[in-house]
Amino acid sequence: MSEVIDRSIDIGEFIPQPDDDMIICRCEEITKGEIRRAVHDGMWTMTEIRRYLRTGMGLCQGQTCSRLVKGIVARELAINPNELEPATARSPMRPTEMKVLGKEVS
Amino acid sequence: MSTNKADVIVVGGGIIGCATSYYLRKRGKSVIVLEASDNIGNGGSSRNGGGVRQSGRDPRELPLAMYGIKELWPELSKELGVDCEYHKDGNLRLGKNEKHKEILQGLTDRAVACGLDVRMIDADEIKEINPYLSDEVTCASWCPTDGHANPMVTTLAFYKKAREIGVRFFTGEKVTKLRKIKGKLREVYTEENVYEGDYVVVAAGYESREILGTVGVDVPMHQELCECLVTEAEPHMFDQMLGTAEADFYGHQSDHGSFVFGGMSGLELNNKDTGPKNSPSNASITSPCICRGIMKYFPALENAKIVRTWAGYLDICQDGVPVLGFVDEVPGLVVACAFSGHGFGIAPAVGEQLAKLIIDGVTSVDISGLRYGRFKAKI
Repeated sequence: MSEVIDRSIDIGEFIPQPDDDMIICRCEEITKGEIRRAVHDGMWTMTEIRRYLRTGMGLCQGQTCSRLVKGIVARELAINPNELEPATARSPMRPTEMKVLGKEVS
Repeated sequence: MSTNKADVIVVGGGIIGCATSYYLRKRGKSVIVLEASDNIGNGGSSRNGGGVRQSGRDPRELPLAMYGIKELWPELSKELGVDCEYHKDGNLRLGKNEKHKEILQGLTDRAVACGLDVRMIDADEIKEINPYLSDEVTCASWCPTDGHANPMVTTLAFYKKAREIGVRFFTGEKVTKLRKIKGKLREVYTEENVYEGDYVVVAAGYESREILGTVGVDVPMHQELCECLVTEAEPHMFDQMLGTAEADFYGHQSDHGSFVFGGMSGLELNNKDTGPKNSPSNASITSPCICRGIMKYFPALENAKIVRTWAGYLDICQDGVPVLGFVDEVPGLVVACAFSGHGFGIAPAVGEQLAKLIIDGVTSVDISGLRYGRFKAKI
């Protein structure tokens, strides 16, 4: 069941932090500061963050960083990380060559 | 109650809703956008192949496509403050035999008649534009002003900018009905709340049908599942948008280096399980089918690794073009749905023109062929 969220609620100003240049998503090289800024741009769900920044869209598909990203987004919104739905997992679960995947015919 | 009032209520937080709200707010209107899902741009807006093209489009929607590419897309990233990865590097629609050539020639002739710069080219010229294609490709239509952009980022960029200048967005707010007051559309009901505006824009994809039904408006459309796949980042090869005469696949290489390709298996209409309404699932047969289509034209990509696939619904109109604009029967209503898989590329133009329609009463681009009243029985 979805909850109604007013996206104009004031979450405060973006305040720079000393470790903002720390890389969180290693596959796509996205930093903590970029993730925090995206929240202030209005990206309040894991899915929106992912589509906006590409976190979790690389080779590991978020298996490494999704928990870290969730923690950063939740802290920025001052909510419990459990309130954030994870982004949808997508097939194939391992990178697969086109010539291999193309063999599936039925 | 007053907090739920605005000049315009937009139903649907996809790229059409986000763009329309942005252009309305830019011209001083107060706007509230209601999105049923938890995420902005969760339907076709985030699930399409990113084409920004004019070639192959119906003459009734071509003016919007041409206007957007000439007037809005070139400056869009700057205007929204986010890199939308827009490329205006042309579209190649590829063919391998005489039957394909006939299809491409027909599309080209119709587009030329509408004033579009598109022409047929031969194998040598194709190789010059894109040296990575199979030697079996013998003909193509070439439209140098077509291109592509990143649909997920563009949708969220419109949202970000609209929100920044004061548009109010509500997610998880599913609209259940519309209501007229003294003959004019005024109220929008959700499960818990009521919103009120002078105009209501319904841009909710296929779900528009149920919502519009509550004021007696019925847009003849159906859903079709379409799927996309994306590869890992590869060295830069080409910047054109690609398609084929028989629609084996369509796609492009993104700035990031990954290839984004879309397509269908041909069995979508009658497949049994395509997942729940708001979270369409991939069918196991489709991405392999798209892979085979790509390798027929791009043997060089056979070792590229697929990292992700996804599915999305097209809202296909009875006659293949969108329904846009005012509806005579319901004053105050603006319809924007049934985009039939062409919505992303024309979204900035649609948003800007609908804002103009609401504020000035007329559009500057001819959208008369897209009006709601066009559907008639065959006899």
